[in-house]
Amino acid sequence: MNAQTDTPTGTVTDTVRTPAVVLKDAFTELSARERAASLLDEGTFRELLGPFERLESPHLAPQGIVPQSDDGAVVARGTLGGERAVVVALDGKFQGGGIGEVNGAKLAAALELAADDWESGKPIRPVVLLETGGIRLQEANLGLLAIADIHAAIVRLRQYTPVVGVVAGMVGCFGGMGIAAGLCTDLVVTRQGRLGLNGPEVIEQEAGVEEFDSRDRALVWATIGGAARAATGLAERLVDDDVSAVADAVHGVFAAGGTEPPRSARVEDALALLARIDPARRLTARDLAELSGLPSPTDLTALTDEPNGAAK
Amino acid sequence: MEQHTLTFPGGAPVARRSHVGVVGSGDLEVLLEPADDGVTIDLRTSVNGFDATWTAVLERFFSRAGIAAKVQINDFGATPGTVALRLAQAVEAAK
Repeated sequence: MNAQTDTPTGTVTDTVRTPAVVLKDAFTELSARERAASLLDEGTFRELLGPFERLESPHLAPQGIVPQSDDGAVVARGTLGGERAVVVALDGKFQGGGIGEVNGAKLAAALELAADDWESGKPIRPVVLLETGGIRLQEANLGLLAIADIHAAIVRLRQYTPVVGVVAGMVGCFGGMGIAAGLCTDLVVTRQGRLGLNGPEVIEQEAGVEEFDSRDRALVWATIGGAARAATGLAERLVDDDVSAVADAVHGVFAAGGTEPPRSARVEDALALLARIDPARRLTARDLAELSGLPSPTDLTALTDEPNGAAK
Repeated sequence: MEQHTLTFPGGAPVARRSHVGVVGSGDLEVLLEPADDGVTIDLRTSVNGFDATWTAVLERFFSRAGIAAKVQINDFGATPGTVALRLAQAVEAAK
């Protein structure tokens, strides 16, 4: 209900009501299904293998875990700026967006079919909305195999069209799916969208608190937060957590033709950057941006501040 | 995890199927489909030992809803209030 537009039944006084906070149409507040629909042209959303197909994971119930009817992946067809499109949205609220056999197969198959379409002369625009902790541990090797299929499908498909990944938050994108994000032609992130291979707690557990203090929130956001990832060239577009801002960025990638060659194909650049890094010295996002030859992020607070309302 | 099947007398079939909610912490997923007669509920819940509460909440809701439907509930620890709200949302979306 919007208090500003309600027509009161009584007399309206001369009081001018101004909202204390201007609320945005937050992308992260949307469900996976709503996110997919919000990117597609209005009225074109059509779901494939939706919840009533009941294509759920067969591995969870035997382990005492309640399955979800779509296994946490929404595959949507429609149009994007008038062009045929497929959007796959992972549901971060179900099992942390973890990739199992079924949701992984839905994502991989959607990308493979899109590549088939291109190879038979039918252009289609692919977008993946990544909200996932990586592999779903209960499904172990089956999830790993699915992630390998997803990686292969992205690399195959990006020969024909930009493959756009979106990491909006609040879960972020980690593990093998962090690699999938890296393989995308263009990555759209918000400040809340964290991206990495291992999460902060795992790094601390494995390498020690001297290596990475997972409770140092400024350090965490300045390392894996969306703003830091964009500043260091690991994401192409940083946008506000806003429905139209995310949609504009996705449309913008296709309109511009995508980054060519994709970041993960620029091997020489990556090797040259590694050669310039002194592993004995702790790098900040600003150091890394400078070493990468990118404009130094001038607003350091934008990197180190925890985004408002971000997950603890 | 527990699985239960419950049946209640119903009214008129819902107009269309509907899907609301998510199997996430403190929430539940509800799938509602038209049925010829009565209400049949297939319930899966992550929390064991609340059969009596489920029966009371569902009986109360469907005795007032006046619909005939096939219902699937995938619950991840929702409170009775959340369950009632999700059911009301599903019925509204199926109108």
